[in-house]
Amino acid sequence: MPAGTLYRGREGMWSWVAHRVTGVLIFFFLFVHVLDTALVRVSPEAYDTVVATYKTPIVALLEYGLVAAILFHALNGLRVIAVDFWVKGARYQKQMLWTVVALWLVLMIGAIYPVLGHAARELFGS
Amino acid sequence: MSTTDTTASGIGPVEGDSLYSVDNPAPVIEPPRKRTKKTPKSTRGNFELAAWLFMRLSGVVLVVLVIGHLLIQLVLDGGVSKIGFAFVAGRWASPFWQVWDLAMLWLAMLHGGNGLRTVINDYAERPNTRLWLKGLLYTATVFTILLGTLVIFTFDPNIR
Ligand code: HEM
Ligand code: HEM
Repeated sequence: MPAGTLYRGREGMWSWVAHRVTGVLIFFFLFVHVLDTALVRVSPEAYDTVVATYKTPIVALLEYGLVAAILFHALNGLRVIAVDFWVKGARYQKQMLWTVVALWLVLMIGAIYPVLGHAARELFGS
Repeated sequence: MSTTDTTASGIGPVEGDSLYSVDNPAPVIEPPRKRTKKTPKSTRGNFELAAWLFMRLSGVVLVVLVIGHLLIQLVLDGGVSKIGFAFVAGRWASPFWQVWDLAMLWLAMLHGGNGLRTVINDYAERPNTRLWLKGLLYTATVFTILLGTLVIFTFDPNIR
C-alpha cells in the first residue's frame, strides 16, 4: 500500500468516489429515460405500457436508489462548488461533508413514504 | 549572445578555473519550442477552464431543475402512479414546462457528458480505447439531446 497522504483513504477521497459513481449512474439513467419518454411520439399505448413498469414494486426500489444518487450528487456537488468558490470552503470541507450526509439522510427518510408507499400498498394491500 | 558557446562542456579543468565568469556567463539554452511571430499568444485554448466553470454553473441550475422534476414526478399528486400519456400531454401543453424540460435535457446531458469525458480521460490509458470510448460518448450524447429536443417540439396530444 502506498504511503498515506492527507487525501488518500480519507473523507475527501470517498466523497469524490461517491460523486463520480452517482454521476455516471445518473447519466446512464437519463439516456434510457429520454428513450422511454420518446415513446410518446410512437403511440399513447406504447408509452403507457412502458411507464407501467415504472410503477412495479421492484422498479420503485430502483427509483428510490435513483433519488438517493441524485440527492447525494446534488448536495455534494454544491459542497464542491463551495470549496472552489468560497474563501473558507476548503477549511470547512469536512463539516460541509457531514452536513451533506445529514441532510441526505433526512431527505431519504422523508422520501420513503412518497416514493415507496404505492409499492407497499400493492404488496401488502391497503 | 556573443559569448554563447553551447558546445563547450560546463566542467572546467579539475585544478583550473571555471569556464564561466562574470565576463563569460553560462551559455544561453534555446527554449525547445521557440515562439515565433506566427505563434499565437497562448498555445493552449481555455477549453478545460470553460468546461470546469460549466460543470459548476450547470450544477447549480440542475439542482433546481432536477429536484423539482423529481418532486413533481415521484412525490406530488400521487407519485409515479399518475404518470401516463394524458399526464404528459397536460404538462407539455404549457410552454413553461416545455422550456423547463428542454433546459433540463440540454444541461444534464452536457454536464453528464462532460463528466464522463473526464472519467474516460482518467481510466482509459490506451489512445485507441480513449478514441473509441469518446466517439461512443459523443455520439450517444448528441443523439440523446437531438431526440429529446425533437420529442418536446413535435409532441402531438392528438396523435391518435
Ligand atoms: C424515476 C424518476 C423520474 C420519473 C418518474 C420521470 C418522469 C418523467 C416524465 C413523465 C416526463 C415527461 C415530461 C414531463 O412530464 O415533464 C419526463 C421527462 C424528462 N425527464 Fe424525467 N423523470 C424521472 C427522473 C428524471 C431525472 C433524474 C432526470 C435528469 C437527470 C430527468 C430528466 C428528464 C428530461 C430531460 C425530460 C424531457 C425528455 C425529453 O425531452 O424527451 N428525469 N420525466
Ligand atoms: C443535481 C445537480 C447537480 C450538481 C449540483 C452537480 C454538480 C457537479 C459538480 C460540481 C461536478 C464537478 C466535480 C469536480 O470537478 O470534481 C460534477 C461532476 C459530474 N456530474 Fe454532476 N451535478 C449535478 C447533476 C448531474 C446530473 C443530472 C448528471 C448526469 C446526467 C451528473 C453527472 C456528473 C458526472 C458524470 C460528473 C463527473 C464526475 C467526476 O469527474 O468524478 N451530474 N457534478
